[in-house]
Amino acid sequence: MAVSSSSFLSTTSLTNSKSNISFASSVSPSLRSVVFRSTIPATSHRRSMTVRSKIREIFMPALSSTMTEGKIVSWIKTEGEKLAKGESVVVVESDKADMDVETFYDGYLAAIVVGEGETAPVGAAIGLLAETEAEIEEAKTKAASKSSSSVVEAVVPSPPPVTSSPAPAIAQPAPVTAVADGPRKTVATPYAKKLAKQHKVDIGSVAGTGPFGRITASDVETAAGIAPSKSSVAPPPPPPTPVAAKAATTTTNLPPLLPDSSIVPFTAMQSAVSKNMIESLSVPTFRVGYPVNTDALDALYEKVKPKGVTMTALLAKAAGMALAQHPVVNASCKDGKSFSYNANINIAVAVAINGGLITPVLQDADKLDLYLLSQKWKELVGKARSKQLQPHEYNSGTFTLSNLGMFGVDRFDAILPPGQGAIMAVGASKPTVVADKDGFFSVKNTMLVNVTADHRIVYGADLAAFLQTFAKIIENPDSLTL
Amino acid sequence: MQSALSISFSQTSLPLANRPLCSSNAAPSTTPRNLRFCGLRREAFGFSPSKQLTSCRFQIQSRRIEVSAAASSSAGNGAPSKSFDYDLIIIGAGVGGHGAALHAVEKGLKTAIIEGDVVGGTCVNRGCVPSKALLAVSGRMRELQNEHHMKAFGLQVSAAGYDRQGVADHASNLATKIRNNLTNSMKALGVDILTGFGAVLGPQKVKYGDNIITGKDIIIATGSVPFVPKGIEVDGKTVITSDHALKLESVPDWIAIVGSGYIGLEFSDVYTALGSEVTFIEALDQLMPGFDPEISKLAQRVLINPRKIDYHTGVFASKITPAKDGKPVMIELIDAKTKEPKDTLEVDAALIATGRAPFTNGLGLENINVVTQRGFIPVDERMRVIDGNGKLVPHLYCIGDANGKMMLAHAASAQGISVVEQVTGRDHVLNHHSIPAACFTHPEISMVGLTEPQAKEKAEKEGFKVSIAKTSFKANTKALAENEGEGLAKMIYRPDNGEILGVHIFGLHAADLIHEASNAIALGTRIQDIKLAVHAHPTLSEVVDELFKAAKVDSPASVTAQSVKVAV
Repeated sequence: MAVSSSSFLSTTSLTNSKSNISFASSVSPSLRSVVFRSTIPATSHRRSMTVRSKIREIFMPALSSTMTEGKIVSWIKTEGEKLAKGESVVVVESDKADMDVETFYDGYLAAIVVGEGETAPVGAAIGLLAETEAEIEEAKTKAASKSSSSVVEAVVPSPPPVTSSPAPAIAQPAPVTAVADGPRKTVATPYAKKLAKQHKVDIGSVAGTGPFGRITASDVETAAGIAPSKSSVAPPPPPPTPVAAKAATTTTNLPPLLPDSSIVPFTAMQSAVSKNMIESLSVPTFRVGYPVNTDALDALYEKVKPKGVTMTALLAKAAGMALAQHPVVNASCKDGKSFSYNANINIAVAVAINGGLITPVLQDADKLDLYLLSQKWKELVGKARSKQLQPHEYNSGTFTLSNLGMFGVDRFDAILPPGQGAIMAVGASKPTVVADKDGFFSVKNTMLVNVTADHRIVYGADLAAFLQTFAKIIENPDSLTL
Repeated sequence: MQSALSISFSQTSLPLANRPLCSSNAAPSTTPRNLRFCGLRREAFGFSPSKQLTSCRFQIQSRRIEVSAAASSSAGNGAPSKSFDYDLIIIGAGVGGHGAALHAVEKGLKTAIIEGDVVGGTCVNRGCVPSKALLAVSGRMRELQNEHHMKAFGLQVSAAGYDRQGVADHASNLATKIRNNLTNSMKALGVDILTGFGAVLGPQKVKYGDNIITGKDIIIATGSVPFVPKGIEVDGKTVITSDHALKLESVPDWIAIVGSGYIGLEFSDVYTALGSEVTFIEALDQLMPGFDPEISKLAQRVLINPRKIDYHTGVFASKITPAKDGKPVMIELIDAKTKEPKDTLEVDAALIATGRAPFTNGLGLENINVVTQRGFIPVDERMRVIDGNGKLVPHLYCIGDANGKMMLAHAASAQGISVVEQVTGRDHVLNHHSIPAACFTHPEISMVGLTEPQAKEKAEKEGFKVSIAKTSFKANTKALAENEGEGLAKMIYRPDNGEILGVHIFGLHAADLIHEASNAIALGTRIQDIKLAVHAHPTLSEVVDELFKAAKVDSPASVTAQSVKVAV
């Protein structure tokens, strides 16, 4: 189309180089975006470099700087249809406009993951593209158990800085404090209504404190349990005084704000993370690391991946089985005077999501089989993304798993979330030269695992024994599939 | 802004804009031959009353003034013909009257202009000019508040704030400056500025104050005032019109804007940038009904949905009571169709932006047997006033908002120039379809010619094909450099002969970009020719260039076009 006429624009200049959320655009009369990513890097992040079949995911593009999710208006192509590079595949409605998304590769539209009328967050797979007809079936299976890629991505996603602590946090708005009231006419300002919708607050249950008793934005924020944001443009005298009052309660003398610094109030999720992190300081923790050979695990993963099993499920299952043998690591100490052995082994898994962090919980990870676990995980990630996790789905964990291996991190150390006995930090599996007891060198994939535990209840030897068991399970992973 | 505003989309039967004025009433018998249509393409535009177009106007005048002043000051104000005090008397020194006066002097006419208020009229004092000052502020506020935008530039800005009085002063200073420019330009040329309310006493005779003067030709250019539907009590403090709003005496926390046309949209941009929340009240079923539907859909996504704005459509504000006795402003809404009560709003202020009504009372029109139609003075396509019997009143013309043809300041000025052309012996008919309109929100909206539904309707009637070309600002290097890739340009054209029927732009500097298209329409330039023209890279104008290049026209480029132009 008209692309050629924009001689000065190279595609690269338009395409965001960040790998996961691709943004691009075009020139043609109908606005188009090209959004594709091969799934290979995502799924094989912990594995060797072997190139596998070319099934690509079609991602929800970021059509505008403010877009966080998009709605599928219509699929122009149907499943199984052949696509030529440059053809429009799907029409996406963003917060701003309807745009055609075009394919960047030849191939077949193998599977539609997000149907018409449904909404998906930016960067989420909305469909799969197979390179050859033969791969359509494979792609379909993949779509059916979309967990395989989405799980891992869920942890990788989007640019939000990785600086956030890997420890989990409970990140859903506190329950709304309902204020029962008679049949009073509700007057709410436009922004208050918008916020209420956004935070799923029933506007009728909010008490208005604004002029004439109207509900203002800050009333809704209070009801939603969010620190009221700085009133965007307080008219005449908007003294930009640092409103760091909250932090002052916990941290002592704050250094004065550097000139030109900007103050960004915490979102609900950030507030929750912050609260949990501060609380964690009251627990005496220690850390024990352990190298684990993953050759066998990698081989197993290769085998079960087509069945929808994800690495997260494998690790959670292994941890669950190890915890079953070392119940003290699965215990919690809440009051500092006693501790409780938890009846269930519930593995919380840290997931970076949309600028925040949440820990969906795989309940009874030791008992559920790998396939059910994978299924469950897919479901949880979906809910987490759409912010629909129920409280018991993110706060019932007894042990936490945090994996930064996909970033190439070789080891890291996690902060113990309040109420749990231990958290496991998993690094990348990397080919490593190892010498065996006979002095022979060989190259084996090795991953470093580091567990942080509450020393009031878990001692060094407990943790070491747990890690040894965990390593044995990983190195002989057949038991995982039983 | 105001003078601009024409169509008032909002309240009931407004006495505004768009009635089929000229089409039926024009007296064809008197139509001279040898018409010059100023490049008008009759086959495309015909003379059906224009249904859309309205807007705020641009402030080109100050620049224009300097140019024309230099060009013609040597000529001076012409000597009057023997039997009259003046060759041309203009009643009303707004932008329309001013444009006519400058052109008249250039043509050697002895000219007087009568003004009962301040020179500059609505546009300069209470309309487009001060509103542009407020919008300049709101654009910057919006940008500074957009952390995401700033971060994308690598800029760090601490909390942006403003001083209301400072903003208000900027607007009034700008109005003063432009008013002085306007006054000086007329004085420098020797135009007599007569103070007082003008009224027509009889043919070629005008009264102002206690003075009576005669003129060979008379132009009525008295403009318009904000229209306030009945049931609405304006107190100037909490229930206001654009006249008050432009003084920015307060920035209410929550303001209802009645009418989502140009004036309403521009003020919503100003108020939300300054921290207000806005509720639109629109009589029609959708917001921004005057725009091309695709543009208004996109504009709503960008200008309304993400901002602190909500809206009620399909409702009239049947009663608005100013805040008093410790009560807020109360607005009663009724269903636009059934007239059933729908809702009551309690807000801090209400801005009535339901359009503008002609200011034609006390003009002495009865002396010459002219009957206004809902206040508008009937004119033919040459702006000649038509009396109660459907006859042309000799030597009397009406331009600008007072005739309601197209309530835009630049349209008034163009009509004034057209009249001067006629009275100096050169017949001229203004092509209103080539007059662009713009709304100065962030980003801006601009348009010229027909909307897509209008073009399709016309195509169906006249049996030609219509095609649409679109380009996005997302593909424009300059727009991306500014991190302002949001935007769309759309052209409606005839694929058979390459004629441009309409162009609509929503995006960064859209108001400045439209002129390439409006000039092409005015000059009758075809797409196949203009697409060969070169645009500097990288500029926003490439968005329009892309538009021309994206069009698929069956006719080949005219071979002679360029050489002819060179020869001229």
